[in-house]
Amino acid sequence: MRNLFAALAGGLLGTGLLISEMTDTRKVQGWLDIFGDWDPTLAFVMGGAIVPMAIAWQLTRARAPIVGGAFPVPTDAEITPKLTIGSIFFGMGWGLTGLCPGPAMASLGFGGTGGLIFLAAMLAGMIAAPKLAIRLDPATA
Amino acid sequence: MPIDWIYGLLGGLLIGAAGAVFLLANGRIMGASGIIGGLVDGTGRHNKTERLSFLAALIFVPFVLAFVFGGAQTYLTGNIGLVIIGGLLVGLGTRLANGCTSGHGVCGISRLSVRGIVATLFYIGAGAVTVLLFKHTLGIIA
Repeated sequence: MRNLFAALAGGLLGTGLLISEMTDTRKVQGWLDIFGDWDPTLAFVMGGAIVPMAIAWQLTRARAPIVGGAFPVPTDAEITPKLTIGSIFFGMGWGLTGLCPGPAMASLGFGGTGGLIFLAAMLAGMIAAPKLAIRLDPATA
Repeated sequence: MPIDWIYGLLGGLLIGAAGAVFLLANGRIMGASGIIGGLVDGTGRHNKTERLSFLAALIFVPFVLAFVFGGAQTYLTGNIGLVIIGGLLVGLGTRLANGCTSGHGVCGISRLSVRGIVATLFYIGAGAVTVLLFKHTLGIIA
């Protein structure tokens, strides 16, 4: 069941990213082009996504996940250097290419060689991340 | 264009529905970078099949839809150096920050998580400055 629900979620995410054109790097770079030819589409995507998700969080109260176990407990709200510096790095890569991890995966089937190269570089960055995390934040890494 | 906004809203609702299914059914936060990242750095070994099921559908379903309906393209830059540097930064940054647009953005903001909101402000800010610099100042990206 767990794998079936995971596949359903992955399929819905992929469909949503495709329909909203978040797999089109021009739309994403257009959203980030605040000082140029700004494209507000991403705000509609984000707004549309937050509504069902906010309802879902409300529904987690006094319930358990369908497959059992427990809902994730919110982690502490501490703003760490890992969070801010990591998000800056992510934003720079996002701005340079117009791809973030979800759309990078969702577009693999039609994104050609460039998409595969992006994925390989992204995975390399992910493997390297724990080494940098220890330097940034020795206590919490 | 207004039609783009409608598709954006519709796609967004599906993205939110995906996160809602993953949360309410499996009790998990739908973060794309975390789901992939846990597979490559070994931290997600205990729920490997759940991660692989999610990713397989995330890749396969848009592939089929793009094949059937046609017209889907990424318009990713042909500058391979930018693609590699961008990919490295996205991989490194999302794992350091422990989240990306789906985890911090969609799942975090919807429960008013301070970390999610701060992360989102930082990556959108950094992205906007990067586009300003590389598009308008340096002219490296189109």
